[in-house]
Amino acid sequence: KPQHLALNPFGQIPVIQDGDFTLFESRAIAKYLAKKYMGQGTDLLGSTLTERALVEQWCEVEGQSFRGPAFSIIEQILLAPILGDSTDEEAVKISVEKVGKVLDVYEERLSKSKYLAGDFFSLADLQHLPYSHYLVNACGKGDLISSRKHVKAWWEDISSRPAWKKVAEKMKFK
Amino acid sequence: MAAIKVHGYHASTLTVMVLCCLNEKEVEYELVLVDLPTGAHKKPEYLALNPFGVVPTIQDGDLTLYESRAIIRYLAKKFQGQGTNFLGSTLSEEALVYQWCEVEGQSFNPPALSIFSQIVFVPMRGGSTDEAAVEMNVEKLEKVLDIYEERLSKSKYLAGDFFSLADLQHLPCTHYLVNACGKGDLISSRKHVNAWWEDISSRPTWKINFT
Repeated sequence: KPQHLALNPFGQIPVIQDGDFTLFESRAIAKYLAKKYMGQGTDLLGSTLTERALVEQWCEVEGQSFRGPAFSIIEQILLAPILGDSTDEEAVKISVEKVGKVLDVYEERLSKSKYLAGDFFSLADLQHLPYSHYLVNACGKGDLISSRKHVKAWWEDISSRPAWKKVAEKMKFK
Repeated sequence: MAAIKVHGYHASTLTVMVLCCLNEKEVEYELVLVDLPTGAHKKPEYLALNPFGVVPTIQDGDLTLYESRAIIRYLAKKFQGQGTNFLGSTLSEEALVYQWCEVEGQSFNPPALSIFSQIVFVPMRGGSTDEAAVEMNVEKLEKVLDIYEERLSKSKYLAGDFFSLADLQHLPCTHYLVNACGKGDLISSRKHVNAWWEDISSRPTWKINFT
């Protein structure tokens, strides 16, 4: 509706307003908040230029390789029934395979590094929380995570953070 | 100091974007060819650098970095103070740069790449273009470009009145849409998008990549 499009012409959520400043695209918002409030709460960007680069790298991997197929699964299993459509099982199968291949790379990475960008929790890990939460808890695809030892340990770690649990418990569509 | 190594392919849109960024920042680099047509990007030697098997990947001293949008952000920060300033001057300006970078990555690139893939790659591999898929993606891209038209009627570049990473990210794919896919009308039919495209694609650091 016009009211929201005035904030975000792409008609998507979320959008933030910080004083006079309006910003959309969740990953850009997260980066803005991480920078603006650097020095308080969790440091989400690493401590050096190199660490920051690796944070950006894994943020891009989420946005370009993980998110697409993960969302397709959620769209088919969770959203389609709500909208009165039927689940396209073939599409789910293809997307599950794609997510699996990405998670194989994560498994290798997380066998050498506690979190994606290094030994510190960062925006890159945070970006994976929402879609993974739905995959595991609403789509019955928890085995994608639990079948990979290091991915599983990483998931259990990041999804038990209090800051996440606070919002996760409200994630219902009604 | 050793030059930055860019492992990539001269015709790969994302490799070229990184090279253009290096040119803008006046940074020396060495292009190490990863011969995509022969599958070099899927061979163990390259996968050791980038386990996702895509180009480009850079090596800067001990740092190996992939994902082209992350690479250009790293370069923009590391070389802040020389060459083109890609990130704006304030926290808010930088945030708007990232916002429009995300728009490119999430809303512009997927349909643009699909069009390019159908019109150029599929025939190259012996298949035939799926015209319905092209039409669907052209429609998606038109909607995105309508929003750009509105934005660029108020702002010289996407993030503000300064050329930034957000504009740079659009160069490669748009170049192919206009010059290899016959979809130039998507750009030329929109007054402000057209002016913006003519401006950014005439930057000398861009033009040298495709000669």
